[in-house]
Amino acid sequence: MAKVTTPKPAELVTSIDLKPSGKEWMDTPAEIKPGTFCWGAKAKNLNIVEFPNARDWNPSEEDWKLPENWQEIFLTGMKNLLDKYRSFKVFMDICVRCGACADKCHFFIGSGDPKNMPVLRAELLRSVYRRYFTTSGKLLGKTAGGRELTIDVLKELWYYFYQCTECRRCSLFCPYGIDTAEITLMGRELMNLLGLNTDWISGPVANCYMKGNHLGLEPHAIMNSIEGMIDDIETITGIRINPSFNRKGAEILFVTPSGDLFADPGTFTCMGYLMLFHELGLDYTWSTYASEGGNFGFFTSNEMAKRLNSKIYAEAKRLGVKWIIGGECGHMWRVLTQYMDTWNGPADFLEVPVSPITGTRFDTSRSTKMIHITEFTADLIKNGKLKLDPSRNDDLIVTYHDSCNTSRGMGLLEEPRYIIENVCNHFHEMPENTIREQTFCCGSGTGLNASENMELRMRGGFPRANAVKFVKDRHGVNMLANICAIDRATLSASMDYWVPGVRVTGVHEMVANALVMKGEKERETNLRGEPLPGKEGN
Amino acid sequence: MKILLPLFVVVALVVIAFAGAQANLQAFFGIVVPYAAVAVFILGFIVRALKWGSSPVPFRIPTTAGQMKSFAPWIKQNKIDNPSSRLGVFARMALEVLVFRSLFRNTKTELHDGPKLVYGSEKFLWLAGLAFHWSFLIIFVRHFRFFMQDVPFVIKIMESLDSFLQIGAPLLYLTDVVLVGAVTYLFLRRVVMPQIKFISLPADYFPLFLILGIALSGILMRYFTKVHIVGVKGLVMGLLSFSPVIPEGIGSIFYVHLFLVSVLLVYFPMSKLMHMGGVFLSPTRNMANNNREVRHINPWNYPVHVHTYEEYENDFREKMKKAGLPVEKE
Amino acid sequence: MSIEQFLSEQKDAILKGWFDLVLDTYPPDTASFLKKQDNPFTNPVGHTIREGMGHILDELAGETPSGQIGAFLDNIIRIRAVQDLTPERALSFIFSLKEVVREALRAESRQPLPYDELLAFESRVDRLALTSFGIFVQCREKLYDIKANELRNMTFRLLQQVNNVDEDQGKKPDPAD
Repeated sequence: MAKVTTPKPAELVTSIDLKPSGKEWMDTPAEIKPGTFCWGAKAKNLNIVEFPNARDWNPSEEDWKLPENWQEIFLTGMKNLLDKYRSFKVFMDICVRCGACADKCHFFIGSGDPKNMPVLRAELLRSVYRRYFTTSGKLLGKTAGGRELTIDVLKELWYYFYQCTECRRCSLFCPYGIDTAEITLMGRELMNLLGLNTDWISGPVANCYMKGNHLGLEPHAIMNSIEGMIDDIETITGIRINPSFNRKGAEILFVTPSGDLFADPGTFTCMGYLMLFHELGLDYTWSTYASEGGNFGFFTSNEMAKRLNSKIYAEAKRLGVKWIIGGECGHMWRVLTQYMDTWNGPADFLEVPVSPITGTRFDTSRSTKMIHITEFTADLIKNGKLKLDPSRNDDLIVTYHDSCNTSRGMGLLEEPRYIIENVCNHFHEMPENTIREQTFCCGSGTGLNASENMELRMRGGFPRANAVKFVKDRHGVNMLANICAIDRATLSASMDYWVPGVRVTGVHEMVANALVMKGEKERETNLRGEPLPGKEGN
Repeated sequence: MKILLPLFVVVALVVIAFAGAQANLQAFFGIVVPYAAVAVFILGFIVRALKWGSSPVPFRIPTTAGQMKSFAPWIKQNKIDNPSSRLGVFARMALEVLVFRSLFRNTKTELHDGPKLVYGSEKFLWLAGLAFHWSFLIIFVRHFRFFMQDVPFVIKIMESLDSFLQIGAPLLYLTDVVLVGAVTYLFLRRVVMPQIKFISLPADYFPLFLILGIALSGILMRYFTKVHIVGVKGLVMGLLSFSPVIPEGIGSIFYVHLFLVSVLLVYFPMSKLMHMGGVFLSPTRNMANNNREVRHINPWNYPVHVHTYEEYENDFREKMKKAGLPVEKE
Repeated sequence: MSIEQFLSEQKDAILKGWFDLVLDTYPPDTASFLKKQDNPFTNPVGHTIREGMGHILDELAGETPSGQIGAFLDNIIRIRAVQDLTPERALSFIFSLKEVVREALRAESRQPLPYDELLAFESRVDRLALTSFGIFVQCREKLYDIKANELRNMTFRLLQQVNNVDEDQGKKPDPAD
């Protein structure tokens, strides 16, 4: 029976070796497969943020209901972007297709689909560039690597630009620094001109625009959510915490991704922030208006990202705070580091951050006036301001996953590690070429963390999971720490599938577990309500 | 087809030049074409660079490849891979341009029985790239002996180092061997490695064939047909002093060499070979990671439509009051 | 020579033939990538599949099975269950083993095929196939579990709030969009 479906080995070897591909990639249209793409954006969400060509559409249907002049819109948009971004223009021109990036992409590694090689993902768009924007391409067409912008090509572009998480790992290895993230940003911007967004991105964008956060939590819902955490904290520590919201005159505004407010295990990280700030007696406030650190707008267009980001400075100004602390999040920190000040600065109404506890001046953030919470906490620990009992985390054998954006769009590598080493006793790094600047993506960044594309997510998450499995087998690692809200959600799923037995935590959940608070009762459980090591019998 | 077509074009170019030289068109191939080619190269290069330059750099987007400059003096910054100063950027660019640092990073991890982790690296592409570019540069500089009346000392030193093996007569230049070897490797990997073959375009094979053609015709002249050196130098000096002459007795193979070089010059500005200039303009490499310290200005930054706090409060005022949140307007 | 002996002697050749057949279930360009590199971190898919298949062969050739065969199958099937493969294609690799072994025996044997042994061997492969079927279904169920869990994680707090609000004020908040 097997004979029917499989050719003989000998035939097979020859067919593989001699003909790697029946066709050139340019002539192979993308097959849009279930499990790989996210649902199309809904008209109502695009209308909220005044995006063009809003309509309900379904990527798996033949008809994408495109506007009649879609080619013109696309090409005009492309010209616009080429004129606005030197990066885009240079990256379209100088790739020599050396292939150094080819096997660096987690989606390529996990799927083997050649169009997931970064170079080819970019070539999908470059071929259109050459055809319409270079003399040789206009004259020689395909011989010069040019390609007509047909409906099949458009669909292929859409399909593959929503299979890139803008993690920048390829850019690290490129001899010219060509950054696929930059190309994907442009590609997605073009898609948005045609209303070709995904529901999973456009929904949160609309929510964030109207309600201040991706999840669409209204002011009272945010408070309720934190109220729930405060109850849990009281149960565990016997201490009642009383945070403030939208309070004018606080010294510090705290902004974190809304994922921390709602979804486990992010909520435990959020409880960590609450406990830490309470213990320090920090004069800080939450905001319900600027209640989102993340920025799904960044996955649609530069303008949308700026519109969403504007709330942070605006709220800091309204409340009259002196400076801002940002929570654990990945792409949030790329945006805050490389974009916020340029978009919505200068924040001259704020002061250079100075830790009220240690007096440390955070000069490296003297322009943005916003520091990462791991910077804040590392400084506290270094100055001996926290009483920590790492043995409370003794049941954890920890490894640390660097987020793509904090490592390759910022360089925040040692601060979180310093904290981890101080709050737990068992810490093991994953193999060298899978961490720090070479870290592998969780596989679900840039708004790909939906559930309808679960197969894609699992494939993209495999290289990371594989490295975790290695330290699990070798050191018995059972906890994957990270500083990213999307990681906390998506790595949980990925671990569940690939490396069962490894759970996911934010760094500040571990901090709070180790933190010995003034006046706390003897803790029996960790923040998850599980017995602390040594208390299992109680 | 994507391999054969460029090969065919290069062969055709060789034939054209050879036939031209045989048909006494030396003046065309020795004077007109080189002048035109140099003009196209210079103009084309400038135009392309200006085109790039005309687009602004709206954001400061370095790819950070190491620990950033931390607020804390006790955390050590990787000053080259994550530079925060001009000097750091200079060092990063210099390493990138001179020794192809990013390609060098191409590491791989291997798991050996034991189990034992071994960090090796995939350095062949880096090595071949480096060998190719450097030998090309040295060969180019060596040619200056044809461009100057008195051969400068530096070039003599370079020549003697390049031929230190003292093989054959005329002495064998190492760079000639290295260049041909490297180009051959770069070509073979585009044929043999399936992924690389898959992504390669005619525009990837053409320059390889062209450069190989240039190298082989040069080697042929130096080691085998023994070109009439004095004549060649006369021709080149004539071109440089804008009083071109066509000396007698230069073999046709020289015109093939010169023609291929001319084609390379013309092709250069409109092709991927412009990576030579582009690498300096790559914003992920040539910018400092000091975004939080110094504000970067976007020349086309424009006001956008935002959802203000006032609008937000209007939407939720009752709910906010009920939840005990302070409001601006009662 | 028993079939077990044959398997352990011819392991490399059989493994190669088997791996090639498995690669045939992928598009040609993918196949060549998976085949070329054997590095657990840069090509974890190819590496895991090849390594797993090697262990399975060892188990089949060994006289005292370690009981680990399920784990090796799991490693392979877990990957194939999320790739663009139909279920029948995802599991076809088990049956390919019969094919490869038959071919190898045919090429090797100077005497007639050892039918009894071959049949016994094929029955073992059939049992592997049944185990694989179970693993595949588990993997797919896991995926749906994960989807459901993500949803539950996201709504758990909402539910908690609704409950709280119900108790406190007898009024529900507007559900989030």
